[in-house]
Amino acid sequence: MGVEGPRGWKEANHTNRLHRMTKSAANSVDYARAPINAKLSNEEKIRLLRDMIRIRCFEQASLRLYQQGGRDGSKIGGFLHLYIGQESVAVGTVSLMGDNDHVITAYRDHGHALAVGMSMNECMAELLGKVTGCSKGKGGSMHYFAPDKNYWGGHGIVGGQTPLGLGLAYGIKYKGLTGAALCFLGDGAVNQGCFYESLNMAALFELPVIYIIENNRYSMGTSLERSSVVDKCLAQRAEAFKIEWAQASGEDLYEVRAVTQKAIERAHKTCRPTVIEFDTYRHYGHSVADSKHKGGYRKEEEIEKYKREHDPIQRFKARLMGEKVLSEEQFEAIEAEAKAEAAASVKFAEESPFPSEEAIFEDVYFEVDRQTEAGRTGRHFFNN
Amino acid sequence: MPLLAYRDALNQAFAEEIERDPNVVLIGEEVAQYDGAYKVTRGLWKKYGDKRVVDTPISEAAFIGMGIGASMLGLRPVIELMFWSFATVAYDQIVNNAGQIRYMSGGLINCPIVIRGPANGGTNVGATHSHTPENWLAAIPGLKVVCAATAYDAKGLMKTAIRDNDPVMFMENTLLYGEEWEVPEEEYLIPLGVADVKREGTDISLIGHGRAILTALKAAEVLAAEHDINAEVVDLRSIRPLDEEAILNSVRKTHRAVLVDENKAFCGVSAQISSIIMEKAFDDLDAPVGRVCSLDAPAIYSPALEPLQLPTVDRIIRKVKEIC
Repeated sequence: MGVEGPRGWKEANHTNRLHRMTKSAANSVDYARAPINAKLSNEEKIRLLRDMIRIRCFEQASLRLYQQGGRDGSKIGGFLHLYIGQESVAVGTVSLMGDNDHVITAYRDHGHALAVGMSMNECMAELLGKVTGCSKGKGGSMHYFAPDKNYWGGHGIVGGQTPLGLGLAYGIKYKGLTGAALCFLGDGAVNQGCFYESLNMAALFELPVIYIIENNRYSMGTSLERSSVVDKCLAQRAEAFKIEWAQASGEDLYEVRAVTQKAIERAHKTCRPTVIEFDTYRHYGHSVADSKHKGGYRKEEEIEKYKREHDPIQRFKARLMGEKVLSEEQFEAIEAEAKAEAAASVKFAEESPFPSEEAIFEDVYFEVDRQTEAGRTGRHFFNN
Repeated sequence: MPLLAYRDALNQAFAEEIERDPNVVLIGEEVAQYDGAYKVTRGLWKKYGDKRVVDTPISEAAFIGMGIGASMLGLRPVIELMFWSFATVAYDQIVNNAGQIRYMSGGLINCPIVIRGPANGGTNVGATHSHTPENWLAAIPGLKVVCAATAYDAKGLMKTAIRDNDPVMFMENTLLYGEEWEVPEEEYLIPLGVADVKREGTDISLIGHGRAILTALKAAEVLAAEHDINAEVVDLRSIRPLDEEAILNSVRKTHRAVLVDENKAFCGVSAQISSIIMEKAFDDLDAPVGRVCSLDAPAIYSPALEPLQLPTVDRIIRKVKEIC
């Protein structure tokens, strides 16, 4: 257990109660034996593995589509931020969600979207800007939404989603529900001011928000060392707001679940926030257009080492094989099935129509879309 | 009909909507225990308590973003900016989150919030506190922008804004908070996107919004008394949606227009109105469209000079005389 995080920070964390618990577990107890994991059935364990594999296969297919274009001549525009290497964080955290728990994240959002149960078809079609996409082709890669699955995006401005996560928690509390808002952000977003405004208000108002920092060590091309003043870790900044925090390895799905479960319990039982930092790593660049991620700001050996030794899918596969829950044949079958599903989603996306030109003016105003009296009063759009 | 101050008309709107809809919540700096920096929310915390009237830290980005996030779950936050000028530190939340989330989600999410507060110059508080951002925000498809010139309009428009299912930016005016107008005791709503002809006239149309409408009304009285010019005054009341028909009907009747508002002329609301008149009523015009706006410089502090920077009765009369 306990792969070294960047600069060996994990040894330095002694002050926090929650963290001490996870740390001691890392030293002596296998996270597989944490109650939240021990109660998993074999089928549930296989499903968690499958969810990670599905994310990876979806994104590998999307990368090919980005590079080659669709067979119908369509293409993925703009940016494509791949989540490959971080799958355990989205799958592990989302697997703990109950009916009144909500998720919101930043622009590297494909993993969280598939983890909450969005279909590959709607996600792939969105990439090609098709009307069958989850956002009808109006959002693109960075803006997936599924409010029916408690998934609130998909946000493009770094850190901009952190006050929205606060608001989801506010809404949960206002309605008297027992729930939590899981708000994901990257290590780059921790230097945005609105994150600290949100931390202060989360503690002040006692809101059940869990800020989950996915620390993949690089905010675009700038390493953590070059972007952040770090004492022990980023999550420790929560101490300034009297917020409980934890830092853990994000590559072991069991550890992700065990650490996140404590935060969800805190939110549900005491309506208090938590900040969690998961050490993780992206195998690809900041986006597909990031030409300097390999041999530029990151050494190739570093990338290869993470792929070889810290791949969350390989690690969970090894665990499940060790537990005699999974065989190599089963793993290959799951992978083949996910690849086929991804390939089918590409075909679905290619065969789907683009939005009509009229759709440009749809979904701007609720009242106009519904043609309510308000929507029919006055001029809403200004074209010559 | 009883007289009611602008701030108290807004206060009544909040109280009525809080009582009508359990999802309405007032949020902002000093709105609760302090009774509001400008006393617009006076007494509401005492009456409705912590849950419905919420004081926040000085963190505009976080509390506006919080309101947006809460609205996605069905709340109807009415969020006060102590000055609309402070929107600059929450601009990302307003423009990118409130303004774009419905579109980017393909219509899956809507954002029924009101962001409100004073947006005016003329109080000698310097340039950073004196912005009129109605044009910045009306330029964003997805947002709605309302400017109320009287207590009657403020109450009726605010109640409609709170019930609207899109994000409404509601611009008030500190110089009007203490002014009184007749306001009916029975409930009424004023739709967004419907202008109000505040003075009928035949010779020229004075078209604008906000406090400048009151200046235009004074100018109209002088024009009638001293210059034999019968001006019509059209109060837009909402910038987006815009009552284009009211603008064009007035211009088609008078054949002349001077646009009057406290926005800047350059890239301001009047630039858009002027363009609409040119495109759709060119043949009806007997003279070029004139404009009287705030002078194109940051708001000057000096109490002696700042009033001159806003549209004045004299400037309006001069501009009208140029084209009549």
